Amino acid sequence: MPSPYLPNTDADRSAMLREIGVGSIEELFQDIPERLRHAQFKLPSPLSELEIKKELSRLANRNVSLDNYACFLGGGSYRHFIPGTVEHVIGRSELYTAYTPYQAEVSQGTLQGTYEYQSLVCQLTAMEVSNAGMYDGSTAAAEAAIMACVITKRGKVAVSTTVNPTYREVISTYVKGRNLSIETVELNSSLSSDCACLVVQQPNFFGYLEEMEAHVEKARDIGALFIGIVDPISLGMFKPPGHYGADIAVADGQALGNPTSFGGPGLGVFTCRQEYLRQMPGRIVGKTVDVEGKPGYVMTLVTREQYIRRERATSNICTSEALMALAAAVYLATLGKRGLRQVAELCYHKAHYAAEKIANLKGYSLVFPKPFFKEFAIRCPIAPSQINQALFKEGIVGGLDISHIIDDSMLLCVTEMDTKEEIDKLVEILGAF
Amino acid sequence: MSHHYLLPEISQPGKIGCSLPALDVPPTELPPKELLRQELELPEVSEVELVRYFTALSKLNYGVDTGFYPLGSCTMKYNPKWHEDIAKLPGFASIHPLQPEESVQGAMQLMFELQEYLAEITGMNATSLLPIAGAHGEFTGLLMVKAYHQDRGDRARKKILLTDSSHGTNPASAVMCGFEIGTVASDSEGNVDMKSLESAMNEEVAALTLTMPTALGLFDPQILEISRLVHERGGLFGADGANLNALLGRVKFGELGYDYVQLNLHKTFSTPHGGGGPGSGPVCVKEHLADFLPSPLVTKNNGRYNFVSPAKSIGRIANFCGNFGVMCKAYAYIRSLGAPGLKEVSENAVLNANYLKEKLKSYYYLPYDRICMHEVVFSGRRQKARGVRTVDIAKRLLDYGLHPPTVYFPLVVDEALMIEPTETESKQTLDAFVDAMKEIDRDVEENPEILHTAPHNTPIRRLDDVRAARNPDLRWHMRS
Ligand SMILES: Cc1ncc(COP(=O)(O)O)c(C=O)c1O
Repeated sequence: MPSPYLPNTDADRSAMLREIGVGSIEELFQDIPERLRHAQFKLPSPLSELEIKKELSRLANRNVSLDNYACFLGGGSYRHFIPGTVEHVIGRSELYTAYTPYQAEVSQGTLQGTYEYQSLVCQLTAMEVSNAGMYDGSTAAAEAAIMACVITKRGKVAVSTTVNPTYREVISTYVKGRNLSIETVELNSSLSSDCACLVVQQPNFFGYLEEMEAHVEKARDIGALFIGIVDPISLGMFKPPGHYGADIAVADGQALGNPTSFGGPGLGVFTCRQEYLRQMPGRIVGKTVDVEGKPGYVMTLVTREQYIRRERATSNICTSEALMALAAAVYLATLGKRGLRQVAELCYHKAHYAAEKIANLKGYSLVFPKPFFKEFAIRCPIAPSQINQALFKEGIVGGLDISHIIDDSMLLCVTEMDTKEEIDKLVEILGAF
Repeated sequence: MSHHYLLPEISQPGKIGCSLPALDVPPTELPPKELLRQELELPEVSEVELVRYFTALSKLNYGVDTGFYPLGSCTMKYNPKWHEDIAKLPGFASIHPLQPEESVQGAMQLMFELQEYLAEITGMNATSLLPIAGAHGEFTGLLMVKAYHQDRGDRARKKILLTDSSHGTNPASAVMCGFEIGTVASDSEGNVDMKSLESAMNEEVAALTLTMPTALGLFDPQILEISRLVHERGGLFGADGANLNALLGRVKFGELGYDYVQLNLHKTFSTPHGGGGPGSGPVCVKEHLADFLPSPLVTKNNGRYNFVSPAKSIGRIANFCGNFGVMCKAYAYIRSLGAPGLKEVSENAVLNANYLKEKLKSYYYLPYDRICMHEVVFSGRRQKARGVRTVDIAKRLLDYGLHPPTVYFPLVVDEALMIEPTETESKQTLDAFVDAMKEIDRDVEENPEILHTAPHNTPIRRLDDVRAARNPDLRWHMRS
């Protein structure tokens, strides 16, 4: 059977071999030692498109899709409404089958789209500059911490205990990789003066809002940079990092128009003050003009990057999450100022409706009586794992079990995706324990 | 036509691009004002205007679906359309990474099997699918190298050796892992200079990273001697496997003596490049490195799939379990080709590259005149001597509706033109490219001006990079 992906015919191949002057394809592999050239591979026999589609549909159906279940799970990956525009724009194959826009003249779609992304992200975060995106929120935070060490010429990173534990682990992997050190700090304690930065998440891992101004000031006092990790959807109603004085602000941009997709692809949003632009990791797109004076876009400040600067680059990042950044741009443009505010407010009101109902149940309480956005921790009368099992039987994916951090507690997330009916059902089942 | 306006110019107060549900619960009082945002200035556009705007942008772009894209080192092969549909199945796209494991067994099975397939394809023992791109895989591999030596109590190995043709991510990744860099020279044939390796390979070296085939598109026949020397002196031997396309279904990195290899699913395994991602950069390792793999891995016990953390894991390198959406596509690719299909891929990739090499070598200088693998590196030095730079050649190709090769990389070749046709291109396409390259060479003599001023037929002409870097304009502003 001919392959749909190999357009050469046998006649083509023969003609090409003649042109090359070898008798067989085998001869083209002559530089490889003979005994290494014929490895055996144990792989399943090839199947047709039809067969694989069937098999993979079956495999996909073995998963509980959140299209069919109610879901109150957050913890770093969020289910938000994705307008139809997003998938259709990023589904244009001129965009998704291109690569890094090295040839700007035929890549203005990617480049201008990235410029829009950078602009929209700056508007959203009220930060001065944004790069074109990183791998995910956690690696963006890690690279931010390293950038702060480079800028301050200090070797220690302070991370708040209320930062998502996985983020803390990733930051630790990166920081220790560079032979720098990391310290986990209580936000109400003092900072040692040799810290390069203070990393705080807003809303924090447990969902509630930190007093960012005070923490920024604390970092300022010792000459450290302040790094904020933010929830981009929350910025539809809450104060953005640029307004409380963050030096670097990062986020996971998955919530901006990308499905949860079992955790990836995500998107690392990375922004900072203009003065740190040249220490920033990642690609950056800038506006310029062509030889006729027409405006156009190029990758710029490339002397920060590995393909120019090699070991002196600000990061090793090359391929990143460009398509997810484009999705985020389309998402933000689709919702616009009203839409994003509305989504944020829907999350806020629904989450508070749920929290209040749950707090009124016997045996349940809110762990932190503080303002929150869309996630909140509840203390349960029994082990959260048991509650989650009961919820699951009723078609609900429950909250994140955080009883290893706070006794008998779970972290619930409510977004615009969750209806009153679903919330009421959640409350009803919780009430049965 | 380039696109002169941006979103703020389309924006008009009161417009929106989608509808949203009304609030169905009683509202709660808003939190204290200090926490709230006063203004939020985002564009306001209607759905139709938005779609037209981005559709117009897409038309300014060139992708693999547009035409030939021989961007060396990037393996711009055609990406089967139906793979996109697979990744979008609700059972794959609409699952949450923290869902109970029993509710995502299908996804975990896919990951487990992909781990196994990639280990088999590379001749290794274990795979981590976590790294999000090739460079992230390099970073992961090198952190494991560091952990491996530290675990043995060997703290003197502070250096990573690289060849002078290596990709920029290789040294940058080593620095991110706290290593120093040592460079090994290439010899006149484009192979590793064994004398140079001999003198550099000492007890301070943690590993040699060697791309195979090399960034010169060549297979180094001394591979086993290199591996022996590195191992004898206590180092590890790591592959940047970005060029696996040349060896697919035929050669195993494990059998070449490598201890680990990082792959690029977005190159070799036909997942689209997305304009610069998402990618996926799995790392495959031999037994002695398996305990150091990042967390989590998928294992299988009594027919159930679990996430586990390896015993001496380097820890977490990203938030969840990698770019799952990309894995779905790579999985479909491997299952549709099987072992015989993968071998045909490398055969045709190598055949296509050698064909271009033969057809073009009397026009463009070929620094290493020998059989090449999946890509061929020419030098534009003959054209440069006649006043035309490689960049001009690249820009002129755009006028022919072709994407240029990678230029000015690898650095060891003057005015490099790195051409990687991939297996998904036909002889007809290659011949059209050859014709264009010949005409361009003729124009170097007869009409150099048309090269210096190229491109002429693109949506926009040559852009002013210096201005972009000197006066960075990186965003628009929108104020109420
Ligand atoms: C040889 C080689 N190594 C490593 C990389 C880095 O891979 P990625 O861009 O996925 O990070 C590339 C790709 O650009 C490459 O060509």
